[in-house]
Amino acid sequence: MMNLEPKNESSNRVIISILGKDQIGIIAWMTGRLAEKSINVLDLSQTIIQGFFTMIMIVDVSQATVSLANLTEQLQREGAERGLKVNVQHEDIFEFMHRI
Amino acid sequence: MKMHLAPHEIFQTIVMVENEHLDIRTITMGISLLDCVGDNVATVEQKIYDKITQKAENLVKVGEELSARYGIPIVNKRVSVTPIALLGANFSPEEIVRLAKALDRAANNIGIDFLGGFSALVHKGCMKGDEALLEAIPQALSETELVCSSVNIGSTKSGINMDAVAKMGEAILECAKRTADRDGIAAAKLVVFCNAPEDNPFMAGAFHGVGEPEVVINVGVSGPGVVASAVKKNPQANFDELANLIKRTAFKITRMGELVGREASKALNAPFGIVDISLAPTPAIGDSVAEILENMGLERCGAHGTTAALALLNDAVKKGGAMASSHVGGLSGAFIPVSEDAGMIRAVEEGALSLEKLEAMTCVCSVGLDMIAIPGDIAPETISGIIADEAAIGMINKKTTAVRVIPAIGKQVGERVEFGGLLGGAPVIKVSPFSSKEFIQRGGRIPAPITSLSN
Repeated sequence: MMNLEPKNESSNRVIISILGKDQIGIIAWMTGRLAEKSINVLDLSQTIIQGFFTMIMIVDVSQATVSLANLTEQLQREGAERGLKVNVQHEDIFEFMHRI
Repeated sequence: MKMHLAPHEIFQTIVMVENEHLDIRTITMGISLLDCVGDNVATVEQKIYDKITQKAENLVKVGEELSARYGIPIVNKRVSVTPIALLGANFSPEEIVRLAKALDRAANNIGIDFLGGFSALVHKGCMKGDEALLEAIPQALSETELVCSSVNIGSTKSGINMDAVAKMGEAILECAKRTADRDGIAAAKLVVFCNAPEDNPFMAGAFHGVGEPEVVINVGVSGPGVVASAVKKNPQANFDELANLIKRTAFKITRMGELVGREASKALNAPFGIVDISLAPTPAIGDSVAEILENMGLERCGAHGTTAALALLNDAVKKGGAMASSHVGGLSGAFIPVSEDAGMIRAVEEGALSLEKLEAMTCVCSVGLDMIAIPGDIAPETISGIIADEAAIGMINKKTTAVRVIPAIGKQVGERVEFGGLLGGAPVIKVSPFSSKEFIQRGGRIPAPITSLSN
């Protein structure tokens, strides 16, 4: 389970999910990009099932130096070069869908 | 309180969007144009253009921002306006066409996909503006691009205005003839209603009713693919379990609409109206209502049992959706448009699905005979007969029904029409060869049913 503390009115938490073939340096690449943009990693869950890499990160974008749309575009483009499928979504979508 | 999200829940949402075509079909901003009324057409044109482009200036931008924020496609951004007939009392049909063109310019300017509300409510009779608008429809729809039109010709409370039904048969045929070179696209932008809802975000039937606020945000969700996939994964489920499964899925789909609606309402500074919990298919493979019915165990949509399957689906979607949203409205049910649903198209092409079966299906689901191509040599009275039948179903059963048929000029049963995009394409379907002419020519009004006396 990913733990999310109670959130304030306007949450800045975003969930980044990464899916694809396991390879060296996925986390280094991702955390490097996030650090460049002043995005803080709050939680991270990673598993490898039969060589298939899945990772979910919860990040705080309150200090981010890029817009969410630009961040998504860059991560998806660079992810695709590595054969990884990257999604960047505000946490509300998951909370709304799965919790009342 | 701590919130917990399991990774499988996160991935379930992602799979719904990536593989199962879950999307927000539309954010529709309703705008009242009642303050644009006047007796000089140039002034009214300017007023409606200005009001729409001001109120909906940021609609597309906000839609794109929300789409990026939540990682979910928001396919259409639309505007619905006060039925234009209410502004038309002082104008000739030619002047009403000018208003349609002003609407089209405004829609193009703000970059939306469609604008609805070139409409008239004539279920009991026509006012001056209604008469002019009805006459203006074929020219208006064939000379504009984004304007959609709807006419309400009946209601449970007032009966069916058969004079208007007769006129609409002619109007639909004329729309198709004027755009014969584009497979009759003007007729695809025209829908004839019984019991039209005032807050529907879907096209072509969206308009901003007079009971609505100055501006409002309505949201339409989609998601037949998600339901189809859930049904497919459970081939052994009995009907009790199936209904529960669909309810749970519909709940999740609707929550997405609720979230986007609330956020859009905040960003656009307009009150949030409703979520329309319709299952709206697209021509994409895997985004089909017919596929849901087939996954329930029918060899093809249209096989005996289809109406029962659709009834279960429609009811379960409503139960799940109603729980998920603070305000549900609009059409809210499963749509069965033929040209926009790959499974429906296949069923028609293989002879599994007929117009008569589609009519039966409309008794238990949302809307009615939708996006159906009919032979181009059809008599206008036959189209009116189709409208009258569908309206009768709506009137008696206290539900919305509608007809959106496209006469395929120069084409016969089995040939295809193509509209492209979300409107798709469809095979021409067989209609009854027997005439309805003398019936339609009687004119007058079919009285409201006894069930209308509910006070």
